[in-house]
Amino acid sequence: MWKVFSIEVYKIFKRPRTYIAFAAISALILIIQLGLYVDGNAYVDFIMSGLKDSFDFQGKILNGYLVCYILLQLLLVHVPLLIALVAADLVSGEANMGTLRLLLTKPQSKTTFMLGKFLAASFYTLLLLIWIAFLALAVSVWLFGTGDLIIQKNAYVVQIAQNDILWRYGYAFLFAFVAMLAVTALGFFLSVFSENSIGPIVATISIIIFFTIMSTMGIPLFQKIQPYLFTTHMVNWKEFFDEQLDTSGNVIKGSIQNMQQVNHSIIILSIYIIVFVWGAITFFKQKDILS
Amino acid sequence: MKILLLGIFYIFSFQFLKAQDAATLVGKLKEKLQQVHDYEATGVLKTDVAFIKAPAGKVIVYYKSPDKISLKRQSGISILPKGGMNVNMASLMSFDYLAIDAGEAVVNGVHTRIIKLLPNDESSELVLSTLYIDPVKILLLKSITTTKSNGTYEMLMTYGKYEQYGLPDKVIFSFNTKDYKIPKGFTLEFNDADKAELEKMKNKKGKVEITYSSYSINKGIPDTIFNK
Repeated sequence: MWKVFSIEVYKIFKRPRTYIAFAAISALILIIQLGLYVDGNAYVDFIMSGLKDSFDFQGKILNGYLVCYILLQLLLVHVPLLIALVAADLVSGEANMGTLRLLLTKPQSKTTFMLGKFLAASFYTLLLLIWIAFLALAVSVWLFGTGDLIIQKNAYVVQIAQNDILWRYGYAFLFAFVAMLAVTALGFFLSVFSENSIGPIVATISIIIFFTIMSTMGIPLFQKIQPYLFTTHMVNWKEFFDEQLDTSGNVIKGSIQNMQQVNHSIIILSIYIIVFVWGAITFFKQKDILS
Repeated sequence: MKILLLGIFYIFSFQFLKAQDAATLVGKLKEKLQQVHDYEATGVLKTDVAFIKAPAGKVIVYYKSPDKISLKRQSGISILPKGGMNVNMASLMSFDYLAIDAGEAVVNGVHTRIIKLLPNDESSELVLSTLYIDPVKILLLKSITTTKSNGTYEMLMTYGKYEQYGLPDKVIFSFNTKDYKIPKGFTLEFNDADKAELEKMKNKKGKVEITYSSYSINKGIPDTIFNK
């Protein structure tokens, strides 16, 4: 398994396509950071306009933690599209190049072969998230400094003390990794059914866009199926940035408002990962690799 | 006829004396507060607004006579009602006013005199200020202030070791809040907020509570502190 994993990681990072995601994310993050650095206060005034009519905020609202939150909010919806570029190419790319038969002549089971490929794609996803964490959190903190984090929810505003934030980002990135693994698994699953990479990549991206739209729209028909869509759960990393109140209305430091929701989302996302990987292995075992 | 005229004279004289009495009491309070030219106070600020979850934090409040006041959180962000925190005790009486005696009331178990202050200047930001003054200790226990642009605020004071200067140990600042709601498309949050949690946050008046632990009085404060 380790050998398959090492070879697959080598192959992933040998392809120029892999670096598109890193380059795109770097460009996006740096351009947003530049924009916020130059004119960030105007942006904060705009997003806080509803509150600034009634309240005075004294302190540094635009700090590294808020910039990271804004970046994650924007990026974690779009990163799946970049993951699809690699994950949906895993099997279909081999089929396209005619290397599948050659690879399977090695003394290893198809399950080991597939799991090795999936682990390699997961490693790529992990590196992508670490890169995002470095640019979005470390660089933002270096550029903008630290401070309390003020987040606007649908029905209320949350202020998190600056010494209570970093661990939340740690868990949020771990959660995001599970969410992105679901996308990796989807792309991996679809790549089994095609002899070229374009089809599975486009199909993965289409499914993500379609599900995201269904998750966003508040139409009663869609609301019934929303709890079962992985895109609904992918954004629940935000639950780490909400605090509980005690009976007197005081914020409980170090608390998470809806941990049950986080656990539920992790279970749903894990089910998606298991089903897609299991489906990919099952269908691959029946795949004609001689053609 | 004589009796009627005497009656009218008596009523007017009584009202005049009451008004004069009210002005004297406000004057005494003003005199007490004017002992303090400046102070630097440390305390804990708690923002209690229906739709804001904010942790309590340490603050330093700077005041310089006659009306400079600044509140700084030691680390982090302070959320304060707009314009409201500028309504400090000294500023409540720092304008040209007409004092009217409006009766008596009990505030926190203390018998107080109610005095309404009406600004003589029509362009004043302040519309009406109602003061609840303890006539024995000459302390302001409560005030309700209506301003032109920032609505009505209520301040409730509790005194302790700094009462000889008229400086409170605790101030509860209440104000009315508007409803808050922003679209899901903006927050990108697809789940509805927990109903029980929302219920806990509903129908509450906004409050900012400052509990002071110490004052450093009349030691001099540079004006630069008040520059934002």
